[in-house]
Amino acid sequence: MLIRKAADIASSEITPKSLYLSRRRFLAGTALAGAAAVVGAGLAEMASPSTVVRANGKIDGLQQSSFSTDEKITPYKDVTNYNNYYEFSTDKYEPAGLAKNFKTRPWTVTIDGQVKKKQVLDVDTIIKMAAPEERIYRHRCVEGWSIVVPWVGFSLSELIKRADPLPKAKFVEFTTLFDMKQMPGQRGSVLDWPYVEGLRMDEAMHPLALLCFGMYGEVLPNQDGAPLRMVIPWKYGFKSAKAIVRVRFTDSQPINTWNRSAPNEYGFYSNVNPNVDHPRWSQAKERRLGELLKRPTRIFNGYDQVASLYSGMDLKKNF
Amino acid sequence: MIRWFKPVVFLACLGPLARLGWKAYRGLLGANPIEVITHSTGDWILIFLLVTLSITPLRKLTNQRWMIRYRRMFGLFAFFYALLHFLTYIWLDKFFDWREMWADVSKRRFITVGFTGFVLLIPLALTSTKGWIRRLGGKRWQALHRLIYVSAIAGVVHYWWLVKADISKPAEYAFVLSLLLGYRLVLGLLRSTRERKSESLSARSAEVTEV
Repeated sequence: MLIRKAADIASSEITPKSLYLSRRRFLAGTALAGAAAVVGAGLAEMASPSTVVRANGKIDGLQQSSFSTDEKITPYKDVTNYNNYYEFSTDKYEPAGLAKNFKTRPWTVTIDGQVKKKQVLDVDTIIKMAAPEERIYRHRCVEGWSIVVPWVGFSLSELIKRADPLPKAKFVEFTTLFDMKQMPGQRGSVLDWPYVEGLRMDEAMHPLALLCFGMYGEVLPNQDGAPLRMVIPWKYGFKSAKAIVRVRFTDSQPINTWNRSAPNEYGFYSNVNPNVDHPRWSQAKERRLGELLKRPTRIFNGYDQVASLYSGMDLKKNF
Repeated sequence: MIRWFKPVVFLACLGPLARLGWKAYRGLLGANPIEVITHSTGDWILIFLLVTLSITPLRKLTNQRWMIRYRRMFGLFAFFYALLHFLTYIWLDKFFDWREMWADVSKRRFITVGFTGFVLLIPLALTSTKGWIRRLGGKRWQALHRLIYVSAIAGVVHYWWLVKADISKPAEYAFVLSLLLGYRLVLGLLRSTRERKSESLSARSAEVTEV
């Protein structure tokens, strides 16, 4: 069965348009960098315009991404009123109200662990590291529902490159803010706070892994993970940590919060996979919000280009 | 009790359904309407089961005999919302995909236990009439209708097993249910010790007379 499936992913053999384009961009980038070295650092800044957020929350100069899907975008109202954000509430309809006064500035992110130099960066420094892109991704929750969201951000690899991890660093761990005053859900012990998620280094460096600070062309709403979150479109939603305050590089596999909470139900990888059921429910289908009938779930949520990251791995064991 | 009271309670019991219908009509069921319908009907099954189970203790504690006349109605409403819950599952959630549903019932323990709880309510709903009480005889009818204990436990376990991490709501139902079942257990134990005592007493007195 699995071998047959692997043969089906012929599309991953073809170099995706995205990679092809990013290679071009890379070449163009190197040329520019060369020029910049001669002319001065100022030109490099012009080659990758940094994020400008206007007073009304709109983000200027968004570049379109070839990673984007052309599927119908889920209404803004749904994506901002139906949130699994246990730091605020276990009721998906509540974070919208409870996060209203959540303070996202000033906000710093600690970068430590296996890095050359520990840094504490202001979130506004981070979001200006690279040109903001709009990426329309499918997002699949482990509970069996899905949405299509136009996220704003850039590849996580941009931050990792600047964090300068040591060769020993094999994993990246993300930690969410722990602040009971602002996040009432943390007063209970439903999960082990603070929320921790992690990726293998090669997963984190994959261009699809998005460091996100906006959606629908605007600054990220509080209930959707402001000011800074991850978006890993080929994994179940809980892998995409929200309100990140720490990025730690490690040599051992981080223990992510849901894995700690129920190790037989939530693994470290948690790749979207219709062939591996959650012990308590099937993952074969999903309900796209706004649709009546369920649609079949696709392996890696349809992002076949990540398949090579897991070649030779038993995805049933490494769920 | 006043005569118009029962129809008022009946209409009030239809309230949760009317509210869902109104919200659906106005598009107020949020991002995932089917989930809301499933959860709401599920909640009302448990509420009606607990209300049904609290009639007897309340009646005994307050000495209000009229209450018993509402027990059947509440029980039937529990079944009514269970039927809606079940229909939501087979129609809106699974869309009559029998193969998938069979896989669910056999593989997912929270579905298995929930389904069991629902099936056990069917004979209770069918034999809820006066005619059936007569046909079965009071004792046997009562024994059959003790299945509601199993059904209510199954319902709470179903809820407990399906939540991801936050068990606070199923725990609330479990707490109330354990009070209601605990009351019956204690009463039953008291009665049986009283009976045993009187039995042994009469036995001893028999011995005494023999000597």
